[in-house]
Amino acid sequence: MGKRLALTGDMAAAESMRQINPDVVAAYPITPQTEIMMTFSQFVADGLVDTELVRVDSEHSAMSACVGSAAAGARTMTATAANGLALMHEVVYIAASTRLPIVMPVVNRALSAPINIHCDHSDTMAERDSGWIQIFSQDPQEVYDHILLALKLSEHPDVLLPTMVNQDGFITSHGVEPVEILDDSVVKTWIGDYKPKHTLLDFENPITVGPLDLYDYYFEHKRQQVDAIDNAFKIYPQVAKELSKLTKREYPMIEQYNIEKADHVIVTMASAAGTTRYVVDQLTEKGEKVGLLKIRLFRPFPADQIVNILKGKKSVAVLDRSASFGSFPPLAEEIRNALYDEKTKPPVYSFVFGLGGRDLLPSHVEHVFKGLAKGSFNTKTIEYLGVR
Amino acid sequence: MGNFIEIRWHGRGGQGAKSASQIIAESLFALGKFAQSFPEYGAERAGAPMRAFNRIDEKPITLYAPVENPDIVIVIDPTLLSAIDVSDGLKKDGILLINSKDDPKKIKTKFDFKDFKVYTVPASTIAVEEIGRDMPNTPMLGALSKISSIIKLKDLEEKFKEHFTEKLGELMVGKNIKAMARGFKEVKE
Repeated sequence: MGKRLALTGDMAAAESMRQINPDVVAAYPITPQTEIMMTFSQFVADGLVDTELVRVDSEHSAMSACVGSAAAGARTMTATAANGLALMHEVVYIAASTRLPIVMPVVNRALSAPINIHCDHSDTMAERDSGWIQIFSQDPQEVYDHILLALKLSEHPDVLLPTMVNQDGFITSHGVEPVEILDDSVVKTWIGDYKPKHTLLDFENPITVGPLDLYDYYFEHKRQQVDAIDNAFKIYPQVAKELSKLTKREYPMIEQYNIEKADHVIVTMASAAGTTRYVVDQLTEKGEKVGLLKIRLFRPFPADQIVNILKGKKSVAVLDRSASFGSFPPLAEEIRNALYDEKTKPPVYSFVFGLGGRDLLPSHVEHVFKGLAKGSFNTKTIEYLGVR
Repeated sequence: MGNFIEIRWHGRGGQGAKSASQIIAESLFALGKFAQSFPEYGAERAGAPMRAFNRIDEKPITLYAPVENPDIVIVIDPTLLSAIDVSDGLKKDGILLINSKDDPKKIKTKFDFKDFKVYTVPASTIAVEEIGRDMPNTPMLGALSKISSIIKLKDLEEKFKEHFTEKLGELMVGKNIKAMARGFKEVKE
């Protein structure tokens, strides 16, 4: 039987890392991720894990060390946020292209400038085309669960790709909530040993990793990478089902709340989905037909499932916690792209909220639902919630 | 007050508002209830005004926004009373618990808190006498336990022991628990 602990999102991440007991962790501290590595370093110092902790000089070095260690066949993890993720950027691509199943909790924080330590999704959205699987967490419980799920998904032989497990900086990373933890032995048995087919240290079957690859083969390798992340659509539900059996919690790629009867739907991710759910409850009590579609898996993007849910709705609002300067923000673009081929489709309105940690209040969400019902928004422009 | 209760803490960095709000959440989890505890982080420095929040319910809580209309406001640092409006958004007849040696009636008149139930507890005096320095958060917790039905004193004591014995040592935990009990006894309406 597991136990119920009071944990922040950062502590929940460290707790799942402790249970995974990775062979190698290479990391550099950055707010608001620091508490993950601070807590995990204590586990290392106390002898609770066997991990080789590599204290590197920067995030670029952290991801480089992770690439080396994962290529050598070690189960490898790191964690970062914001500018740290940006500094990793070059090697983030290399990790995915080299097909290394590194799992990395990312504590989402605004990218400079001006400097800001608070939450938005600009850091992780800058990596959306890097080839990593990206999962978003609403609360510390999901952070804990998703990291376990990510490990199994990443290491699956049909996938072999790294995964970012995102959580909202401070809102989730520093908020204390109840988290149910599985028994160490249950986690250990479920994740099993990591036995990669090809490693640098397999001297009987020598391989080359990261060679020069020009116009003769590079394109084919990229094409295989496309297939690999598409395979995640097939493997994700299997892994999620296995984990659900252990935790009694569900992890659909997209989560529907009050959708069936809803005319107007908000699509969003992470902690904003929690606040939206609260407002959906309040408005439903007053007889309004509103629902929430929470995106858990952002890469690969489960467009087919989303289309089936949204195509009959009267209107859809997409709430993004990042901007894409000069165009529509990332999630809104995805939703519109997904619906484009449908003959009958709802208007999709785009909203940006919460940049640099600006709060998303229930009143903002109500404003969106009320505007949807009245038809007072314009599909050609982006609305900004909570900006002065 | 229903099952869904929201608390806002006002203190200055380093006075333990964040820890106190965490102790409440942890004590309630142990009793099978649901709670959130989250601080508001600005520029993190000792002495700067800061806020922390609790949300409490019988069922899981999915709201992730600051508390706008608290049921209870707890002021750990009395110098904040003249610096900011600590009653901002506090519900009518809501509880205002203040660390002060003054009589609650005096504070009620001075700061025009007529719409609220005002309580005071000399938490700093208790802390200096019992703990040896001005760490008023534990007597404030004791006082909160007395004036609301949120949590029993013994549940708070147990969680405090569990959480802090390793960090503070048994002697210091004992002093804090005594300070908590005095806060419970000495709070006035």
